[in-house]
Amino acid sequence: MSAEVVLFWIMATTATAGGFGMLISKKSVHSALWLALTMISLALLYVAQGAAFLGVVQVVVYTGAVMMLFLFVLMIIGVDSAEVLVETLQGQRVLAILAAVGFAALLIGGFARSMPGEPIGLAQVDAASGGNVRAIAFSLFSDYVMIFELTAALLITATIGALVLAYRERLGEHRTQRDLSRDRFRSGEDPGPLPAPGTYARHNAVDTPALLPDGSLATNSVPSPMIARGTVRPIDVAAAEEVRQIAEGKDL
Amino acid sequence: MIVSAELVASEALVPQAATGIFEFSWLLVVLPLLSALVLILFGSQLGRFAPWLGVASMGVITVIGLLLFFAMISLPVSDRLIIDSIYEWFAVGDFVVPVALQLDPLSMSFVLLVTIVGALIHVYSVSYMSHDPNQSRFFAYMNFFVAAMLLLVLADNYLLLYVGWEGVGLASYLLIGFWQYKPSAAAAAKKAFIVNRVGDLGLALSVMVMVFVFGGVTFELIDTEIGSAPSWVPLVLGLLLLLAACGKSAQFPLQSWLLDAMEGPTPVSALIHAATMVTAGVYLVVRSADIYELSNFASNAVLVVALISLLMGAVIGAAKDDIKKVLAGSTMSQIGYMMVAAALGPIGLVFAIFHLITHGFFKSNMFLGAGSVMHALHDEVNMRRYGALRKVMLLTFLTFGAGYLAILGVPPFAGFFSKDSIVEAAFSESLFVGALTTLGAGLTGYYMTRLFVMTFFGKPRWPKDSHPHESGPLMTVPMILLALGSVFAGVVLYSGKRFEQWLEPVTGFIEPVLPFPKLWLEVMLISVVFLGAAIAVWQYRSVSATTPEKVSVLTKAARADLYGDKFNESVLMRPGWSLSESLARFDTHGVDGVVNAVGATAKFTSWRLRRLQTGYIRSYAMFVAVSMVVLMGILVLVLQA
Amino acid sequence: MSADAYLTLAGVLFSIGLAGVMLRRNSIVAFMSIELMLNAANLVFVTAARYWGVIDGQIAAFIVMVVAAAEVVIGLAIIVTIYRTRNSASDDAPNLLRW
Repeated sequence: MSAEVVLFWIMATTATAGGFGMLISKKSVHSALWLALTMISLALLYVAQGAAFLGVVQVVVYTGAVMMLFLFVLMIIGVDSAEVLVETLQGQRVLAILAAVGFAALLIGGFARSMPGEPIGLAQVDAASGGNVRAIAFSLFSDYVMIFELTAALLITATIGALVLAYRERLGEHRTQRDLSRDRFRSGEDPGPLPAPGTYARHNAVDTPALLPDGSLATNSVPSPMIARGTVRPIDVAAAEEVRQIAEGKDL
Repeated sequence: MIVSAELVASEALVPQAATGIFEFSWLLVVLPLLSALVLILFGSQLGRFAPWLGVASMGVITVIGLLLFFAMISLPVSDRLIIDSIYEWFAVGDFVVPVALQLDPLSMSFVLLVTIVGALIHVYSVSYMSHDPNQSRFFAYMNFFVAAMLLLVLADNYLLLYVGWEGVGLASYLLIGFWQYKPSAAAAAKKAFIVNRVGDLGLALSVMVMVFVFGGVTFELIDTEIGSAPSWVPLVLGLLLLLAACGKSAQFPLQSWLLDAMEGPTPVSALIHAATMVTAGVYLVVRSADIYELSNFASNAVLVVALISLLMGAVIGAAKDDIKKVLAGSTMSQIGYMMVAAALGPIGLVFAIFHLITHGFFKSNMFLGAGSVMHALHDEVNMRRYGALRKVMLLTFLTFGAGYLAILGVPPFAGFFSKDSIVEAAFSESLFVGALTTLGAGLTGYYMTRLFVMTFFGKPRWPKDSHPHESGPLMTVPMILLALGSVFAGVVLYSGKRFEQWLEPVTGFIEPVLPFPKLWLEVMLISVVFLGAAIAVWQYRSVSATTPEKVSVLTKAARADLYGDKFNESVLMRPGWSLSESLARFDTHGVDGVVNAVGATAKFTSWRLRRLQTGYIRSYAMFVAVSMVVLMGILVLVLQA
Repeated sequence: MSADAYLTLAGVLFSIGLAGVMLRRNSIVAFMSIELMLNAANLVFVTAARYWGVIDGQIAAFIVMVVAAAEVVIGLAIIVTIYRTRNSASDDAPNLLRW
């Protein structure tokens, strides 16, 4: 029972759990986090297999950059977009699961035993170059330099592509502050700033709505994500009564 | 049924090459052809001169024909077979077909008949067709017909004969349907052509058999080789040639077109459907006499067909009120006589041609007379509206009368000699055949008298304002000349056995042997004819202006052409029609159905298949995954096996 | 230890990723499933490198990571653009190329 075996089984479990978690999470942010778990487990597995450099790169680049990129985009798009679990296409779910299971069976049954016997191990290769990093460096910059250059070009292209895609051309004239202000007054709505939360209330927390003179809630005094999340503090009925009395000029 | 009697020694003909005047015999065919071409192309420019061009070419032809005839007479008998080779048409290995003209007594007789009668009818047509706007086209067609007919009789091989055969068929079609705007004329032309075609099939097949068996088609070759051919060859050839002759000569069972052919102008009926084209069948049979001699069955078939046609034509002609149709039925009957004679072999072949020539004269004479009568009464053809025309059209009456007496066989008119000779030959063959021909003679007497009486005697039944009058000289002179032929041709040709000796080298001649004295025959014939005439005179002493409805079954049948058309329709036309209809149905529903079904299937499958294009990436991914699983599964299985 | 287990794990992870692509409607989550598949492939590469005792497998895995990074950049940019036009990140929205 070597250390590697133990490590493998623990990491394998977490990786698989992360995969399933990603698969069945309702909220997309949770899926991203489960995937991050899987990736870190895989990083450890890489290290266990003698690819130390790769393991570090996995954590730094893949988990640290790529997954963070995913999370940023999720936040741009909106974290509250929950997905309905009802499938619109007929038979899609059944067939998909069947296909996936079948595929797994084939892969495992057909190819899992394609590398029989003991692995040769990377000790010699590493020793010949003076370490894992050096071994990779020597190979990358001599045998695979063309691929390296091409990948570099690919990265540059990707950057430019992202710039192009994200670029939004200004379709109309630049609206100055004067324009915005004039529109605000012309629209007929209340041009004043939004009421601060907690006005006329005993509490000035952000999640407490302000009360209008007649005792009803001023919904525009609380940030709308809070309303969407349902975390607005309910008003105190006694306090509302008190407010009404004050408004009517009665002394407390 | 060929009676083997003593063979009169006949001199064998030795083929000669064409020299002197005979080298120009090709003009006979080419000149009318050229004038036809000129008339077709430049007819409108020629205007009033156009008909005279047609007449002129006929005149030149006649002169050339006479010159050739006199040249031939001056030759010794054994030299009277001249082959004028013009060029070689084509050669396929050993099979060589020349374009060459054969001048011998048989073809010369036809040449004279066609050119003389043809020229006279052309002159007649100048006056008859003077009111027609398309005269140049008419004369072009007539000249073309003469060219084709002469090619037919002058050809020295069956294939060239076939060219002329087709040519006269085409000319007949064009001329019957000359007044194209008349639907009845167009239908009649079509009918004639189609029925002719059936006969042409026989001729074509016989040419094929000849090529197959003999490797050549010249008369010379066939006549020499037929003796050594397998026994089926004369039989098959005889029957096929009979089929061809029936088509052209309107014999049973291909007779239905002749009566309808009367839709064409009367000169056409006179020239083509009386004197020349319809006799081409007889020419064919006589020319192929060597073939028929070798097959009893074929000769008997000709005899049977001829007898049926003889009686059928007479019966039909006896019931028709249309003067031209009576004459057409008469033609059919008379050709039956000629075919009877031809079928009897060497005892009758000469008489067949003899009767053909005399018939050419008196029948075309009568047709021209009928044309004259029609012209006088504004193209009326119904004899029930004629009557007492002898008082107004004396010349027509006299010339027609000459033809009438000739066809009846009254001595010394032409028909007496020719027809009596045929009856004689018939009796020498068998009493039954002789009896039938005698019956035919009686019927001829009946219907011709009926026609004559209804047209020229009795009370006038024509409308008061018609004012019939005699025709002009351009019409009457040809009629007179032909009438003279009707009167004298018989005497001239028969006396001294002139004609027999003339024609004998080609056909051979055996003197017929009668079982009873010849005088009895003549007396019997005259009495039978007189009896028929008397019945007709008595029946038609008063003629009703409208066709009587209550008539005997036979009359009704005769009026319907003895149901010949009905038979053709029900046995031939309707099955063919339903066949083509079913094929058309098969095409629309079957073939089109299959094609449409292919299209519909494609549409159906694509309608279903397009559902796969859901637009969702995940369904596409699923397809990829499923196919991957399947393929990999197969791969794994194969690898493990 | 032997390579079988690693390969099996890689197969399982790959299938999970495949199922994710087919089942999840949120485009970003589907994209993440593709990333999972790439990771599974990387695992196979590394296992093979160790098995055969050559460094080339690790190099391959490295290149795959780089390419995956580039791909993520573009892919997410596209998703953001679609979101801007459609106002929805659901996979069901961009379905115009349907029958």
